[in-house]
Amino acid sequence: MAIECLVLGAGQEVGKSCVVVSIGGKRIMFDCGMHMGYLDHRRYPDFSRISESGDFDSAITCIIITHFHLDHIGALPYFTEVCGYRGPIYMTYPTRALAPLMLEDYRKVMVDRRGEKELFSSDDIIECMKKVIAVDLKQTIYVDRDLQIRAYYAGHVIGAAMFYAKVGDSTMVYTGDYNMTPDRHLGAAQIDRLQLDLLITESTYATTIRDSKYAREREFLKAVHKCISGGGKVLIPTFALGRAQELCILLDDYWERMNLKVPIYFSAGLTIQANMYYKMLIGWTSQRIKDSYSIHNTFDFKHVCPFDRSLITAPGPCVLFATPGMISGGFSLEVFKQWAPSEMNLVTLPGYCVAGTIGHKLMSGKPTRIDLDKDTHIDVRCQIHQLSFSPHTDGKGIMDLIRFLMPQHVILVHGEKPKMATLKGKIQSELGIQCYDPANNDTVHIPSTQVVKVDITKMFIRTSFSATPKSIKTGVDGISDSISQDSAALPLIQIGDERRSEGILVMEKTKKAKVVHEDELLQTLGVAEHKVQFAYCCPVYVSTIEHIKGNELSSIISKPNGDTGVSCLLESNSPSLSLAEHKQTLMGSELGASDQCAWLHRLYIKLIEKCSGMDLQEFSDHLQLSSLHICLCPNKDCPFRIERGSKGRSMAFFCCSWSLVDENLAWRVLSIMKDLDLSQ
Amino acid sequence: MKLTCLSKGSSFHFPPSHILTICGIRILLECPIDLSSLSIFSPIPTDSHPYPDVEFSNSSENSPISDSGCPKRRRIEGTLQASDLIRAEPWYKMVKNLQLWDVSSIDVVLISTPMGMLGLPFLTRDPRFSAKIYATEATARLGRLMMEDLISMHYEFTQVYGVEELGFPQWMKWEEIEVLPLLLREIAMGKNGAELGNWQPLYSAANVEDCVQKVQTLKYAEEACYNGSVVIKAFSSGLEIGSSNWMINGPRRNITYLSSSIFESAHAKEFDYLSLQGNDLVLFSDLSLLHGMTTLDKNAHDRKNHIRLEVNDLRPSTSSAFRDKGNDGDEFMKSLVNTNEITEEMDKLSFICSCAINCVQGGGSVLIPLSRLGIALQLLEQMSLFLESSCLKVPIFVISSVAEETFAFTNVVPEWLCKQRQEKLYSGKALFGHVEFIEEKKIHVFPAMYSSNLLRTWKEPCIVFCSHWSLRIGPVVHLLQRWRGDPNSLLVLEEGVDVDVALTPFKPMAMKVLQCSFLSGIKMQKVQPLLELLKPKIVLLPKELRMQLQAASVSSVISIYRKTCKLYYYEGETLVIPSLRLDFEADLSKDLAFQLQPRRTSQENIAVARFRGELLVSQGKHLLVSAMEPVEFQQGQLLHWGSIDQNRLLQALQEKGISGSLDNRSITDSPSLIYIDKPSRALIQISATGTIISAADEALASLIFEAVNSVLDGI
Repeated sequence: MAIECLVLGAGQEVGKSCVVVSIGGKRIMFDCGMHMGYLDHRRYPDFSRISESGDFDSAITCIIITHFHLDHIGALPYFTEVCGYRGPIYMTYPTRALAPLMLEDYRKVMVDRRGEKELFSSDDIIECMKKVIAVDLKQTIYVDRDLQIRAYYAGHVIGAAMFYAKVGDSTMVYTGDYNMTPDRHLGAAQIDRLQLDLLITESTYATTIRDSKYAREREFLKAVHKCISGGGKVLIPTFALGRAQELCILLDDYWERMNLKVPIYFSAGLTIQANMYYKMLIGWTSQRIKDSYSIHNTFDFKHVCPFDRSLITAPGPCVLFATPGMISGGFSLEVFKQWAPSEMNLVTLPGYCVAGTIGHKLMSGKPTRIDLDKDTHIDVRCQIHQLSFSPHTDGKGIMDLIRFLMPQHVILVHGEKPKMATLKGKIQSELGIQCYDPANNDTVHIPSTQVVKVDITKMFIRTSFSATPKSIKTGVDGISDSISQDSAALPLIQIGDERRSEGILVMEKTKKAKVVHEDELLQTLGVAEHKVQFAYCCPVYVSTIEHIKGNELSSIISKPNGDTGVSCLLESNSPSLSLAEHKQTLMGSELGASDQCAWLHRLYIKLIEKCSGMDLQEFSDHLQLSSLHICLCPNKDCPFRIERGSKGRSMAFFCCSWSLVDENLAWRVLSIMKDLDLSQ
Repeated sequence: MKLTCLSKGSSFHFPPSHILTICGIRILLECPIDLSSLSIFSPIPTDSHPYPDVEFSNSSENSPISDSGCPKRRRIEGTLQASDLIRAEPWYKMVKNLQLWDVSSIDVVLISTPMGMLGLPFLTRDPRFSAKIYATEATARLGRLMMEDLISMHYEFTQVYGVEELGFPQWMKWEEIEVLPLLLREIAMGKNGAELGNWQPLYSAANVEDCVQKVQTLKYAEEACYNGSVVIKAFSSGLEIGSSNWMINGPRRNITYLSSSIFESAHAKEFDYLSLQGNDLVLFSDLSLLHGMTTLDKNAHDRKNHIRLEVNDLRPSTSSAFRDKGNDGDEFMKSLVNTNEITEEMDKLSFICSCAINCVQGGGSVLIPLSRLGIALQLLEQMSLFLESSCLKVPIFVISSVAEETFAFTNVVPEWLCKQRQEKLYSGKALFGHVEFIEEKKIHVFPAMYSSNLLRTWKEPCIVFCSHWSLRIGPVVHLLQRWRGDPNSLLVLEEGVDVDVALTPFKPMAMKVLQCSFLSGIKMQKVQPLLELLKPKIVLLPKELRMQLQAASVSSVISIYRKTCKLYYYEGETLVIPSLRLDFEADLSKDLAFQLQPRRTSQENIAVARFRGELLVSQGKHLLVSAMEPVEFQQGQLLHWGSIDQNRLLQALQEKGISGSLDNRSITDSPSLIYIDKPSRALIQISATGTIISAADEALASLIFEAVNSVLDGI
């Protein structure tokens, strides 16, 4: 299965975020934004690339909106109400609650103030919002049987989320905008360590590493304090949501600490209403604010007073939050006209202003006069303070996130082309992850991991999870390598983590493949084992017989001249005695027991002498080394007595048997035995 | 898999509790306490109502203290009197049978409702307790508030009786228990006397803090993975804010644990039954139907100042709505939802409000000791609106140590509320009406009776919401003692409370009593359509529902359980559930699949392949991947099966340049031998079950082995 990624917006630019991802027959649209910089067709993503026929319902499984900023949601009412998409739309509760405010505000600005033809109406926004399914963080939502999605906290604005999507075994995350460091009212982005085929991340600050914002905040407060203590007025043009609350928390705290009485005003409408939403959505803010809501809801600002228009010209110091940000028109422009000519006053601007706005003009250089149009101009004598305040992650944060998730592939969107290229190179060289930075309307194909569904048995699982010192044993050769106690202890510790599992996969046509443990295979197949073993009746010299006391021993030593009188006692008639019977006969013979012991013991001692460290075990009737079984052979017609030994010397025969696993081991032992002389 | 039903519970406030063993993991479902048994204790004495010592002499059954030294003698019969109640610091009764289980053997605890959490500190304060506790964020939060409230109410007793000494209290001694009236004795030690061991002294605030720390909180539909192998998910049940049903997905079992659920709610998020579909097994633990039955029997008699309000939802529905429809799934869903549960509940609330209005108009006060958060919140909304519309300036007081925090909490949890409340969020209005009414000073919130602010604002007649419904602890005791003689005043109680016992210490009562039942689970007629929708292979039901379900299924054309196996569980007994799958499901990664070298076997269509890899378990899924290091496999097969065709073997030997001859003896049973003479002497002994290769040198032996291997099935 492959993942196909069509970038409709925010490819090598910031604005109109929109990525359509196809996985396993499912098609998800992540964000549906608009571009603030264009007024023509370029302001919306080119939806015709999704479906030429315009049948978006069958072309798209669902839409996921990460947060309420217009460059992520601005085109949504257009797409649903004008283009006619009727499928499900997912977003978090705060986004669902606040998005209509943003959209309606934008629509008003477009239509009422700029006098443009409206692309969607108020009713369109309401209708569009009815199609939305609100989700909570970490909920696993099944869009349909095969597609599951999950939201993670992104910390960019209230309700901003990163979305995880999974179809079959293919997985991906689309981050939207996120912030890796907490600010005053929002926490940092949080995500589980997911196994991902693809990560699509924003890269607004691809190459910037930001310093601590506390110094900047201090500077801002100092500037504000200086201005109001000089009797001046402070104008803070800002968007209603996010930055306004963040700065207001900052000021409210400062006012409390410094015991200031100067009024803070919110321009009527949106911002006051926004605070009401923030109060109910406090569960989506930072931990500090969440913990304290039962005593005091942070968004019940203590020093904020209601504002009315007459206060613009009222004497005395004050602080005013006014919309829109960037002084692009509306109320903030009205106030700016009044306050800008006095050098006592202060205007604070955000770090980024769109070209063409007054905010942008104020920031580029220090103008003393701004022309609004041919006839009106403003003399600017007030102080200008710039507070760069951006709830986006910096380059380090992006790298941290990628390093944490270690996805198979990364796609960068929502950034500036040259910076993205630099970051892309860094990701590929430092992390060794394939990275792409597609332009708008480009498609990226990505292979995804595949798995085969199998059944596994209980026994296999059990053996896999019991630590497997067994795998060490087979790896270590007991004979040649003499392992000291210390070095033997070391690999044992490592093995605990390894969890190697060995098994057998049984594949049957028309059935699901099944993994079994070796011991279960025969039962699974319904067959009986056929044991293949090796055997060799090994002659060992016992030349100088005098050293051995007692006559009994002679009974089992076949003399070179063929006197077999005594050994008849133990002889078996069957030359084709199986090994098992063989052992039994020996066990059964009480007569032989002590003799066997004596010879076996001598062999044991010799073998141990020759190779120390060997794990040879001695039993009353046999010696055992792994599967190698050695016992004294009383049967002169033993079928495994391939070699009779050289004439003229006394021989004792030891019947050896082993299985294939210990082939090398057995032959090594046998070669030692062949050279032995037990009587020495 | 095994299920032991510890207790069937008795009401909304005391839900059923079970122990479930799955994949070797022991899961405790709910850990409530039986607060109704508080009724055996006497409430604390107050100034206005000292202990009625006089009643001792008044009571005809009570003989004067005899010379034998026995201070009290057990009364044989007669109505319960205030003097019969135990005058001691109350203890609290845990789930029965739970003490029979070793605390350290519990691996997981699931808590579905705040009520199901109240007994949890009894477990967590045991140092041997090490289980992982799961509850939704909202349940954990509300549970904590309820526990804190309980501690603060209980504190009044400590003030009266002093700090209790260690060991068992006086009232638990056999002599004392023996002289209790039968009714109280049964509450104290159960019908068979086994429940005396369930009593526990109340936990401390530190115990609660510690307990809450141990709870892992979840969102609805969030996957929590226990031990890598079992995935646990909570889904809304609609009963209360944050209350949940559970999905427990093990490697070989998919279980739905269905607690009391309400399809439509006017406050909590609706019962999310669609997400529970597709599991093998349903543990049906909504026993609210049973709880209703017992209370009905008990409260059959009438009282003259006793108004009853109930909607009888016990009988299996005879309405034709279920009869004449096909097996259409959509129809089922409609029948599940479309029965106006909300309207019925709202009607009950309106009735309570109109009774209250009548009461305050008559100069009496209204006392509402309802502890069901959802009901209380809705009633507050309704009551304020009713007062507004009837232009009454009667204050509403809410007296609880945790009221303020509860109100703050309920207004910041839109994700946990029903659709209508979420719409309020979207339109920027407060989620519950109380926010506005508190701001307008129509509702006054106080932490305790003795706060000075309360005395300053106190005005009668008034409407008071306060704890506790057992009428033994909390501010309700003081107010009841104040108003019990006032025939104009009204006490609103919930169905399920044994009014006789509950009101014993306040007798004689002139006050009116309104008792009403609220929906606290799935209605009988919805059980079958629901199970039909969930389509489990096995459903576990309480044996008490057997008759009713059978009756219902006869009347219904649809025979739901054709494919569903029904098993019945009994309180205190262990039910063993047969397993449905033998093997575990797993994924084999592509890289490992590519490494496989399958070998065909002589059996048709079967191939086998040996592999070595790593078995990973995460999120309840097994994944086999290739080992990080290159696999060093010992070549050559280790396991063989089948039998050897000797001629094929001779041929195979020939191909390897080995010549030998077959020595077939006449004895049929004995193994046959192949003697090898070239390149050197060797022997192969072949029987039906095994082959032995004997050669003097290694090279020849392994050559022969190769030949044997080629004619055998092996791996």
